[in-house]
Amino acid sequence: MEFANTLIDWLRPDWFLNLVVISDDYNRARYLAGLWMTVKLSVLSIFFSLIIGILGAAVQGAPSRALRVLVGAFVAFFRNTPPLVQLYFFYFAIGTILRITGENGLPQPLISNFGWAIIALSLFAGALNVEIFRAGIEAVPRSTVEAAEALGYTRLQIYRDIVLPLAIRISLPALGTNLVNLVKTTTLAYAIAVPELLYISAQIWSEDLNVREMMNVLLVSYVGLVAILVWVLHRWEKTLRIPGYGE
Amino acid sequence: MRPTPPVRGHMAVLHLMRIRSDALPLADRMLNVWTFAALMLAFAAVLIAPAFAQVAAPEKRSITAILLEWTPTLAGGFGFNVLISIMSMAIGTILGVGLGVLQVSPIRPIRSVAWLITQFFRNSPWLVLLFYCILLIPFQIEIFGTKIPFPGWIKAVIGLSLPVMAYMSEYMRGAILSIPTGQWESAESLGFSRRQIMTGIILPQTVKRVLPSWMNLYAVLTMATPLVSIIGVSDVMALTRAALSAEGRVDLLIPMYLYILSWFFIYCYPISAVTRLLERKYSVKL
Repeated sequence: MEFANTLIDWLRPDWFLNLVVISDDYNRARYLAGLWMTVKLSVLSIFFSLIIGILGAAVQGAPSRALRVLVGAFVAFFRNTPPLVQLYFFYFAIGTILRITGENGLPQPLISNFGWAIIALSLFAGALNVEIFRAGIEAVPRSTVEAAEALGYTRLQIYRDIVLPLAIRISLPALGTNLVNLVKTTTLAYAIAVPELLYISAQIWSEDLNVREMMNVLLVSYVGLVAILVWVLHRWEKTLRIPGYGE
Repeated sequence: MRPTPPVRGHMAVLHLMRIRSDALPLADRMLNVWTFAALMLAFAAVLIAPAFAQVAAPEKRSITAILLEWTPTLAGGFGFNVLISIMSMAIGTILGVGLGVLQVSPIRPIRSVAWLITQFFRNSPWLVLLFYCILLIPFQIEIFGTKIPFPGWIKAVIGLSLPVMAYMSEYMRGAILSIPTGQWESAESLGFSRRQIMTGIILPQTVKRVLPSWMNLYAVLTMATPLVSIIGVSDVMALTRAALSAEGRVDLLIPMYLYILSWFFIYCYPISAVTRLLERKYSVKL
């Protein structure tokens, strides 16, 4: 009975009636600032990771073996080490060395913690994007390329007009999963004190002691953010659909 | 005069195109040896470079010596990470298989609830789930008079097993749905009950289909275990930071972090390499 009471007490949705985040002006402003920071982190990292992915995939199709080896090493390294340790490595190890003398004569970091978070997240997600795009390019049917050749397309035209559009459509589902993961990974920036959603929420709940309410708000916020991204990707997938394939 | 050797493929243009669009050899793509060599080389370079500088200041200990000194402590921490990953994987897999089976249940409400749970845990960040478990699970639970203590690392295991459960559930759903409907129908016509069909016919076949994703998930989970250092469990990451602050030397930062990165790389790389091989082997040929 005791246990059941505890359980009911634990599940009681008092946050539903007592949403400090919404009712209190100061906390609401902070929460919205955190949300905006998370959105900025996500959008910038998505953008740079896509660029890294496209460049990496292009280089992996290059004739030079040395370049391919280099990109392969980059992908293997970033795929198989923990993103948190990568972030620490960039921020604490490299960030400590990359310093400039500020106006007051004291050493100042060259790149802010926000900057390092974007660099680390983009490199991590970018390495996965390289693999995704390469798989997409490889999955374009050989016969399609040969048919284009027979029609007299040049290699650049084939790549630009036939291989890439098809490869993008093929790699969209995997790309979507990775980008959703990237949005979730932005919480790692908490570890280097970037004032994003999780960091701000932790501040709010340690000041106002409303852990349960704030945790629920936090979870719902992230699920909402991810839902928006999934919706956008779904729309994109639908517009790019090739007639006659799939359902 | 020797005859010219025959040219493979009779059209020069086609031949060139083939070279471009041929699948890259596996060795070029994955670079097991090369990546490892590069990592070790970078690691060695940062180790050796300060050693020359130390001729001037002999009272300082060399970085290699410091790393070796800390290795047993860090190894213990890394073992703890592995333990956490194995336990979360075990719990998450068992729950995930159950949830995945519920996701294809013929009863609509069960199906929807299982889908909702899966989507919720799949789309929330791992770190937030960890915080959720750490802050909201009580220190101890009293059931029938016995007090069961809940130390931080057990909460961390629970927190990590939740997303594993959700991913596993999705993989199971995909695998079950990928089995031809004809098998269900023929099993039904032979008089099997739904439970018998599921446990005797469908689930054994899903093992092969889920295995590569499952292994990949384990590698991802292992790489997520340093997160528990943020919530105060003394894993390898927490110990590394403790070691760094104990030594208090700026030139130790890069070697130390590279050292830890290479440990994770050595542990996770073989897993993802085998995953690739299995994916290739079990891939559906069109």
